Amino acid sequence: MSTHTESHTGLFIKVWVALLVLTLVEIVLAYIQLGHVAMITLLMGLSLVKTVLIMAYFMHLKFDKPALSWMLCVPMVACMLIMIGYFFPDSYRILEFGP
Amino acid sequence: MSDAHAEPTAEATWQGGGSPFAVGHKKLGMWLFIVSDALTFGALLMAYSYLRVANDWPTPFDFYPAIIFSSVMTLVLLSSSLTMVFGVSCASKGDRAGTKKWIWATILGGLLFVVLHSYEWNHLIHEGLTPFSSPYGTPLFGATFFTLTGLHMTHVAIGVVYLAVIANGFGRGKYDAEDVEVVGLYWHFVDLVWMFIFPMVYLLSTKV
Repeated sequence: MSTHTESHTGLFIKVWVALLVLTLVEIVLAYIQLGHVAMITLLMGLSLVKTVLIMAYFMHLKFDKPALSWMLCVPMVACMLIMIGYFFPDSYRILEFGP
Repeated sequence: MSDAHAEPTAEATWQGGGSPFAVGHKKLGMWLFIVSDALTFGALLMAYSYLRVANDWPTPFDFYPAIIFSSVMTLVLLSSSLTMVFGVSCASKGDRAGTKKWIWATILGGLLFVVLHSYEWNHLIHEGLTPFSSPYGTPLFGATFFTLTGLHMTHVAIGVVYLAVIANGFGRGKYDAEDVEVVGLYWHFVDLVWMFIFPMVYLLSTKV
């Protein structure tokens, strides 16, 4: 928690550089092409890190009350997990048994 | 901020007099919109992943120029998020001229993104890719590609207009610093969505 009056300019530039570096790692991954599972795991992992950085610093959540983050993130993550857990595995059924 | 959203006592909070999240109503409203919009994009990305697993999916994007081109688009969007942060920072200090300057820099970034994206779309359409047919294989590739990138580009275009309205109104004293912060939240969200579309639609479709 920090006050609003102090300047975060240096911090924001650091976050921006971090986001660019993470993006560069993603592009390098696309160039060297690992296996499917490794690619998806690494790319989604890196994207989640970028999401946290953008939400915490650019979208200011780190400097707001934690209650706001909890109220926003818990339902969002729950809904995403329901989509991933319930609907996505069905795509393998189609893959195995044919349409 | 501390004056407008003073720390309420527990009693005041439960009687409706407090501000449990200590943010203004506009900011809270934008956050709730962002959650619902994130779930819309989440559902579309989920549908795309489903179709991708269940079909023989093409990987048509050459590393150069297609992936490099979309990487430049990512750089433009990420940088426009940084200029937006500086705009919000100026607005909180009451620097109207500085805010306007940084928001217009953000608008330029957004416009450049739309121009680059349109150029890419144009190229793909000339190759024969439409929402209903694809020269690379399953037509679902075109359907999901244009749905995902199209909805995202719509958000960018609306964001550019929204930013211009706020920049102009803030310069004239019609809007306050919270309005700038709220448009900033929207803009970062649009950037955030691209951080998933870019790897899922482009990087995973790189020609091997």
